[in-house]
Amino acid sequence: MNTMTTTTPETATTVLDASGVTMRFGGLTAVRNVDLTVKAGEIVGLIGPNGAGKTTFFNCLTGLYVPTEGKVRYKGTVLPPKPHLVTQAGIARTFQNIRLFANMTVLENVLVGRHTRTKEGLWSALLRGPGFKKAEAASHERAMELLEFIGLQDKADHLARNLPYGDQRKLEIARALASDPGLLLLDEPTAGMNPQETRVTEELIFAIRDMGIAVLVIEHDMRFIFNLCDRVACLVQGEKLVEGSPGEVQADERVVAAYLGTPFEGDPGADEVAEVEAAEAHSTTRTEGETQ
Amino acid sequence: MTTKTHQTTPVLPIPAPAARAATAAGAALTLGSTFLAWTWTAKFPGDLTVTGYPGGLQVLTLVGAALTLLFTLSGYGIKGLRWLTPGGTNSPVRLAALGLLGTMGFTVGAISVELGGVVNLEPGAWIGLVGAIITVVASLGLPHDQDITDTATPSPLEKFLNSLRAPAPGRPKELPSWAEILIIVAAFGIGLFVVTYGIDTAYPELFVGYLIITGFAVTALFKAGLMARLSAITTKYRSIAVAAAFAAAAVFPFTQSTDQYTLIAVNILIFATVALGLNIVVGLAGLLDLGYVAFLGVGAYTAALVSGTSASAFGVQFPFWASVLLGAAVSLIFGVVIGAPTLRLRGDYLAIVTLGFGEIFRIAVGNLDGVSGPRVTNGPNGVPNIPDLNFFGYDFGESHTILGFELGAYANYYMLMLLAMILVVLVFSRAGSSRIGRAWVAIREDETAATAMGINGFRVKLIAFALGATLAGIAGTVQAHVQSTVVPEMYVFAGPVPPNSAFLLAAVILGGMGTISGPLIGAALLYMIPAKLQFLSDYQLLGFGLALILLMRFRPEGLIANRRAKLEYHETGQLDVPDETLAGTTSGTTKAGA
Repeated sequence: MNTMTTTTPETATTVLDASGVTMRFGGLTAVRNVDLTVKAGEIVGLIGPNGAGKTTFFNCLTGLYVPTEGKVRYKGTVLPPKPHLVTQAGIARTFQNIRLFANMTVLENVLVGRHTRTKEGLWSALLRGPGFKKAEAASHERAMELLEFIGLQDKADHLARNLPYGDQRKLEIARALASDPGLLLLDEPTAGMNPQETRVTEELIFAIRDMGIAVLVIEHDMRFIFNLCDRVACLVQGEKLVEGSPGEVQADERVVAAYLGTPFEGDPGADEVAEVEAAEAHSTTRTEGETQ
Repeated sequence: MTTKTHQTTPVLPIPAPAARAATAAGAALTLGSTFLAWTWTAKFPGDLTVTGYPGGLQVLTLVGAALTLLFTLSGYGIKGLRWLTPGGTNSPVRLAALGLLGTMGFTVGAISVELGGVVNLEPGAWIGLVGAIITVVASLGLPHDQDITDTATPSPLEKFLNSLRAPAPGRPKELPSWAEILIIVAAFGIGLFVVTYGIDTAYPELFVGYLIITGFAVTALFKAGLMARLSAITTKYRSIAVAAAFAAAAVFPFTQSTDQYTLIAVNILIFATVALGLNIVVGLAGLLDLGYVAFLGVGAYTAALVSGTSASAFGVQFPFWASVLLGAAVSLIFGVVIGAPTLRLRGDYLAIVTLGFGEIFRIAVGNLDGVSGPRVTNGPNGVPNIPDLNFFGYDFGESHTILGFELGAYANYYMLMLLAMILVVLVFSRAGSSRIGRAWVAIREDETAATAMGINGFRVKLIAFALGATLAGIAGTVQAHVQSTVVPEMYVFAGPVPPNSAFLLAAVILGGMGTISGPLIGAALLYMIPAKLQFLSDYQLLGFGLALILLMRFRPEGLIANRRAKLEYHETGQLDVPDETLAGTTSGTTKAGA
């Protein structure tokens, strides 16, 4: 696996450049002054405990939220604050809780993903000229390619809601890929998956990277993240705590502390603990005495 | 407990051969009785006193009996009849038998009530009734078509409902294409005949009987798998099927000798066209528009004001093509003006705001009378005396003789409205199966995800809203000339006369959201029932409420389900799907049965 991850050239162009992104909801600062860059051909992981602001940061990147401060650049241009324009620019995403078009078929879901890369409007649909037919055929072809890529070509006519959970996750990725993105944002792609399914997803993400698409992934599964990513950033309470190679981040004791908490330094509560223990011991002997 | 035996045993413990023989005999008995006199006096409409040939309700009973008999004989495996039941064999018999008993029982009941007592029944009616009862009882002794494995012991009601289930038909035998096209033509011919018969029913008793028998017969045809076969053929020859459907519709005026029923048909077409336009907004894009009828009104008022009527504030007379374009354009503008601010809202809020705008239109038009506002629309008096259309000397207000048939004035409007409907059907089907149609459905499913896929939600919704408004406006321009008067009260939210917002929505939901034929059938039913059963007028809305509740309970996808809805509500044939619809049905019927 590691042999596959070391393909990032140092001189790669920067795909995503978020600088000083801050998101406030009233008095609550969900994301504070976060910088993050993703280079072409890179898989970057974003980790952090629950409520650290990872998904909020994602939403700032994709235009669902407009960051209170800071700029997000995609390939050098500042992203517009509208989700559909961000997708048009070349950033596609999946959602933490699967958001497929449940009552559309698998194929239709992917076709919807093609929306930004096709232009046929209402008039073209009504008049059905040769251009329309060509574009529809091309969209279908591309969608079927993507379904083959994720291995769902045989279920193209099924309703999305009837797919098993793992396939729904995959379909969401295919739908995002349909917009021919330069950067794919995956929000917990392996949540709720068993180890085998996680392995498959890992392979899938490597394959996506090999297609030349940079990937930014939020995940809680540390084995998955450290296998997969070229670089990992850790968000804690809205701030970027550390960023570096998986090895560095894994070794960083602040990250461990953020996830597990710190041991007491110099036993600041030792006296209190002793007091409590003494009181407990006392009460136990007393109750024992009373019952006898 | 092995429940399978429970499920597959018939509802009534009669040996199958005896049950089948008795069903056939009962149906034949009723069939024979329709040629006898059922009552002694011609006071009961339809003249059921004649021995020798059937009349009125007897014809409907005859159809029910013949259908039951055919399905029963098909169950015997008689060569030449087996094609009738590619799907279920016995459930269509049961349904047809129930329809037969329904019409027969209704007729007997209606004669007794209207003429004052059962003494008014001749022996023929008794023979028919006994025959129908035998048919139903015996048909309940026929085995189930489908094994249903369930864990609980079914209640009698569940058992009965299970006995109506039928498997989907298998792969059909390949037929030569001329035969398949002939089947399409025959099917639409029968369809035309059935619809024409319904529109032409002269008295309420006949219409009720018609509703009963068509309801059961159509369900029986579905269970027998014939509808599945037919729809397979029509999808194969789609353009021929569509052409045949419209040809059948165009033939309708030629079957009419007076204008009376053509007017009903024109109004059904107007209603259906507008309902189909609403289906783009509600069914595809998922925007609950409760003020849709206002756009019909905008089109109608625009056409009325430029029609050259003396009551118009503008003394202009546009040619019809110009007034259609103007009506469409004005509706489009209204659609955009109303849609632009409101479409930022979602769900219930949009419904409330559109409801408000619909009422604002009506009230505003009622006030533009020169007293409380500028004189444009004559206020509550409306715009009367809208002249009939005139195309190059072809006066729509007069009757014409075409191909030796005398066509009344409304037949002209019928044809014109049919053209408008073809346009709307074309727009619906083409827009629906395209990039923009998929975007609409995606927005309906999950707006956040749709925008994340690069769909400009606001723009796409506005297109749907404006397109719906434009189509309603076009229908409105024709409506103004058909009615020859437009008044604000025609465009209310809810009222007793069909094209109003509530009825339009009901037609879409009743018929089936997102389909083409659904709203057309829904609109036809919702227009004909009040028009034919005027004695019901006080209970009409109550009846609709009940009908809608029952429909939502038993067939939430509407009468006609689109492919998606069918999968959505009745997903049994697919992988990884828990049989939840089945479980839901059984638990629900337990409650209903308790």
